[in-house]
Order: sequence, then C-alpha cells, then structure tokens
Amino acid sequence: MIKPKKDDEAAELEISPSAHNSRRNFLKGLSIAAAACSASLVTGCLPDVKAESGEKFALQWKEYFKKHYRLMTQQEKEETVARLERLAKLQSGLDLQISTRAPRENVLYGYAFNITRCEGFMECVAACVKENNLDRKTKTQYIRVFEMKPGQLDPSTGDGKYFHEVPVDNKFYMATQCFHCENAPCTKACPTKATWREPDGIVVVDYDWCIGCRYCQAACPYFGRRFNWGKPSIPKEEVNRKQHYLGNRIRPMGKMEKCTFCIQRTREGKLPACVEACPTGSRVFGNLLDPDSEIRFVLKNKKVFRMKEDLGTDPKFWYFID
Amino acid sequence: MEQTSRHGFPAFVKDVIVWNVTGGFGLQLYRLLLILGMGVGIYAYSFQARYGLSVTGMGDIVSWGLYISNFTFLVGVAAAAVMLILPAYIFHDPDFHRVVIIGEGVAVGALVMCLSFIMVDLGGPLQAWHLIPGIGQFNFPSSILAWDVVVLNGYLLLNGLVPLYILYNHYHGRKADERKYRPFVFLSIFWAFSIHMVTAFLYQGLPARPFWNNPLMGPRFLASAFAAGPALITLALAIIHHVTGYAIDRKIFQKLRLIIVVSAIINLIMLFSEIFKEFYFRTHHSISAAYLFFGLDGHNSLVPWIWTSIMGNIIATLILAFNPGKDNPKVLLPASGLLFIAIWMEKGIGLIVPGLIPSPLGEIVDYLPTWVELCVTLGVFSLGLTVVTWLIRAALIIEDKYEKSSQ
Repeated sequence: MIKPKKDDEAAELEISPSAHNSRRNFLKGLSIAAAACSASLVTGCLPDVKAESGEKFALQWKEYFKKHYRLMTQQEKEETVARLERLAKLQSGLDLQISTRAPRENVLYGYAFNITRCEGFMECVAACVKENNLDRKTKTQYIRVFEMKPGQLDPSTGDGKYFHEVPVDNKFYMATQCFHCENAPCTKACPTKATWREPDGIVVVDYDWCIGCRYCQAACPYFGRRFNWGKPSIPKEEVNRKQHYLGNRIRPMGKMEKCTFCIQRTREGKLPACVEACPTGSRVFGNLLDPDSEIRFVLKNKKVFRMKEDLGTDPKFWYFID
Repeated sequence: MEQTSRHGFPAFVKDVIVWNVTGGFGLQLYRLLLILGMGVGIYAYSFQARYGLSVTGMGDIVSWGLYISNFTFLVGVAAAAVMLILPAYIFHDPDFHRVVIIGEGVAVGALVMCLSFIMVDLGGPLQAWHLIPGIGQFNFPSSILAWDVVVLNGYLLLNGLVPLYILYNHYHGRKADERKYRPFVFLSIFWAFSIHMVTAFLYQGLPARPFWNNPLMGPRFLASAFAAGPALITLALAIIHHVTGYAIDRKIFQKLRLIIVVSAIINLIMLFSEIFKEFYFRTHHSISAAYLFFGLDGHNSLVPWIWTSIMGNIIATLILAFNPGKDNPKVLLPASGLLFIAIWMEKGIGLIVPGLIPSPLGEIVDYLPTWVELCVTLGVFSLGLTVVTWLIRAALIIEDKYEKSSQ
C-alpha cells in the first residue's frame, strides 16, 4: 500500500528550494519584487496575480494543442520554446535556455566503453544525473554500472547494486545506458511516433507528445528507458538551465525519458557529460563518419563487441578490451 | 410497459433509459452497488491523477501491472462472443440465435473495460488524442499498439451497431433485414480473431522479452479466450434465466459446455507444450518462466498464484469434460466459474508480470498492486458490468416483446 504522504506534497512542487538557500532566495525574490514594482510604476499598472495566472493558463492552453516536434516549422519551434521558458519562469522562477538545435551535417554519433579501464567509480552516473536534470526523488539514472566477475560478459550476471570501495581485486566493471540502436525496437513500438532516431543517430523522445503507454519500455532489450512515475523533483539550485527540447529539459509527469547522448552538449560540439566526467578515460565518444575520430580508431584497432548482438538491433555502443 | 407503440429514435433511447432506471428492489440494490464500485474507482483514480502512476505498484522494471493484465484478459472475453455469433448467424442454429444478443452485450462491456484499462494505465491520458489519425500522429502500421487501437475500436463499433440495428427494428415490431447486416456479421467474425491475435502480437513481437516472444502466444490466447468467454456467458445466461422471464433452453448450456471443453483442452495442451519448452532444457530465456513457476533468489510472489491457477484450470476442465453432474447446473456453473477465474489468473497477471521479470539487465523485483490499482480496477469492472446490464436488459425486453408480437 502506498499512501501519498505529506512529503509527496512538497515533491509536487517541481523545483524544491533547499532550506539553506531560502535567505538567498528571499533576497533574490525581494529584488525581483522591487524590479517589478518599479516596472509597474513606469507602465502605470500594478502587477496582479490574476494576470499572471491568466497568462500561465493561456500558455498551457497553447502548449496542450501544439504539434509533434517533427512537424513544427522553425518558427513554431521557437514559439513553443519561448512558451516553455516563460512557463518555467512563472512556475519556478527559473531562467532557462532551451535549444532546438538541429543535427549537424555528416555526423553519426558512436560510443565505445573500455571494460579494461573502468574501475566503477560511478562519476559518470553522478555527472549524468546533474547534467540531465534527472529526478532526485526516485534516484533515476540512465547509466547503470555492473560489477562483474571474470569469465562473464553479460551485465545481467553482474551486481548492479554494489556499494563499497572500488576497484575490487579480480572484478571488472561494465556500464550500460541507451545504446541508440539503428534498428531500435522502441521507436517501432511507439503508437504515436513520439520517439524516433534523429539523423545524427540519437534516439530521442518528444516528451510533450508521449502519451505514457510504456510500450517502448517493454520493447527495449537493454533497459534503456525510464518513466516519470511521479513529478520529477530537482533542487532549484541544481537545475541545469542549458537545455534542449529533446534533451535534458525537465520532464512532465507520466512521460518516458532516456539518455540522449547529452544532445544539448553534443550538438554544440561538446562531449557527453559521462565522457567528460570519467576519471579513467574508459569512455570514448565521437563521429563515426569521421575517419580520424577516436571512436573510429577504437573500432579499427581494438577488439570490440556489442550487447545482445543476436537481436539485430545494431546499437551504436561498443564495448572493448585493451 | 406499453411503450412499443412509440416510434422513432428518441423514443427508443428514452425507453432504454427508462427500463434501466426502473425495476424491483433487487435490481436497484445491484445498481447501487455498481455505482458505489465506480465511485470507489473514481476516488482512487483521483490519487493517480494527482501523483501520477507513482501511487501504483509499478516501476521501471515491472512497468505494466494489474491494468494491462486485465486488459489482456478482457480482450479474450470480448473475442469470445464469436463463439455465439458463428453458430447463430452462419449455421442458423435457432438456440444460439436467441442468446447471441447476450453474447454481443458481454462483448461490448468487455471492450469498454479494455479501453478503460488502457486509459487508466496511460501516464498522459490527456494526450490520448495524439493517437487519433488526422489530428494526431498514428504510428501505423509499424506499431502493434496502433493496430490494437484500430481493431479494438472497430470491434466495438461492429458489436455495437449490428445489435443496435436489429434491436431498433424489433423495437418497432419489424423484422431486421438480414441482407443488410449479414456482411457486418461476417466481418465481425474475422474481426474477433483479429483483436485477439493482434493483442497477442503486442507481446509476441518483443524480442526483448523471451517469455512473450513465442509463436504460440496468439493461438493460446484464442484457445483460452474461447474457454473463458463462453464460461462467462454460461454464468450470465444462468443468471438471466433465474432473475428474468427470458427462459434459456438447456440445450444452449450443453452446446456451450462442448465449446468450453474443446477450447480448454487445447489451451492445456499448449500450456504443457510451453512448460516443456521452458524446462526440458533450461536456457537463459527460461528465466522468466522459472521466476513464475518456482521463484528466483527468494522472489516468489507469483508461485502460489500460478499453481492455484493451473490446478483450477485442470480441475475445471476435467469436470466439464467428464460432466459428472450430467449437465446439472449445480456442477456446471461452479466449474465454469472456476475455469473463468483460473484463466483470468493465468492470462492476466500470470502472463504480463513475469514477462517483465527479471529486467533485461537481470534485476529481479516483485510486483504487488497497491490499493489504488485494486480500487481503480474495481471501478472499471463496475463500469463494464453496468454497460453489460444496460445493454442486456434493454435487449431482452425488446426481444421478449418482439417474440410475443410475432407469434
């Protein structure tokens, strides 16, 4: 039996400011109020709560009837982003920058993971949680790290819940995430085309188009998808404000989400947060179409393998051994 | 009730409503209980609307639970109406012709429940319009779920409109023109098979889940449905025979028993074949079946559930096959009830939940529905029963009058 407890109500606020910060927030609020007052003096009207909630309602109304992301013109994309940014401002006082950056030309992303080097520190997990605004309440994580005994290569035989000092002698570590399959069972399953593979190989979800049926989750052979069973909650000061429409923007309740190779970073030419955070250099990311890229070097010179190759999903994620 | 002299569609609708709010004390009490059940369901759903599906027992590993289990089972109940339609309209069996309308009423009720279970399972029910072709984006023919939306709504339409046409004519004391509705009856027969096959393909088409990724899934769905559905209709007919003036001939029960026995035996053979495949030579792919039948690493919440179901299945099938009571309703009806419940246990929770355990990364968790899920389920069942009661009561009153007037 799950009874909605009192703390659920607190969590209902999408963004919960932590206690030690309340003074700063108070001062910040005061300065905003002062600014608003002076603005109202200039324009000659008082900002009333009614107008604000009316604006919120109008924005939400337009958001509700908006199109599928892929059918939007660039102008419509900009409009919805403006609405989302304004709504975030009204609801939680956050200044977001939501990008709709399109895929780069001649790019197909690929990922390789060195199982010899990884020592299981889980820095990648922590970086991913922060970068992608993952729900702190249910401890959602896209990346899972498994501690493996020698002689095995299937994470399902490893321990995904280890909690001790690492590395442990005679153990090795293997991480999983969404593998961005070329022949992805999840995109095939979705009844509303709310999830698809972008031209640069990233499998994305349109969070506002998803109806939350979870068929894609059942279809994924790699446990790559996560569902927002409740409203995600992230401490306000930890929210990553640099967002992408298809990436790390804060997900609504009841929608599917997943790793996007940090689309908000990679489309700007940066590396995914997990790659940057890894202290052992076990993670390699790059453009598969660029013959001089590191990922191409790994594929050419190392012994690589992929998970569940027999399913024919053609993942863009390889494991390799030094 | 002298209203048969009235004409036109508004009068028809009005009479159907009047018949369904009037009645004796027992009927009113029954209606009150159903409304109470729906009220409990709405109350429980309000929690889900506020806090999301986090108030259910589901999680990222067991991402489908009681709702989808009941949905899957009820598709079978809906499809089973074909076991009355086929002999009634195609072979012109006079016994079945009298009860076919009841089967269709049960089918419509089951479909309403199916669609409701899908709706309450959605994370974004307000976005359900994204599924409607034209204004939404319908992933057809790629997504089997899109197929399922088409076949379920189509079957609902067929099973609603054909009886409506017949009853509307009989209400006015006319004979329904068989040439007009016969093509749709044929269509609905094929459609009944399709709703069940497509729902099976929903699971069968997922290579990620070896427990479901099994070519026997579709045929077994049909066999179990053609056992459980007629078993439910047997019970419904017995109730109608006792509480209304609409007499049901004994021969119908005998014929239904035969249909149930044949289907139940085929179902058991296929079950045995599945168990053999999973356990004769255990592979990595047998792990979900091992969880279901024997438990894994101390997680065994489904073990008593599935064995109860299998025992019930076997006992009921044996009773119905050997017929020790010689068609005595005191033996036949409990056996039908037992079979229905056993198949519900096996084809609902016993099929959906173990397919998701362990996760593709080997993690094992148990699933237990919360009170919210149980109450919402109660609400949906009450809604379905209400629909069935409305349709059958109206149909029986019209048919009764039509029979008397045409004599």
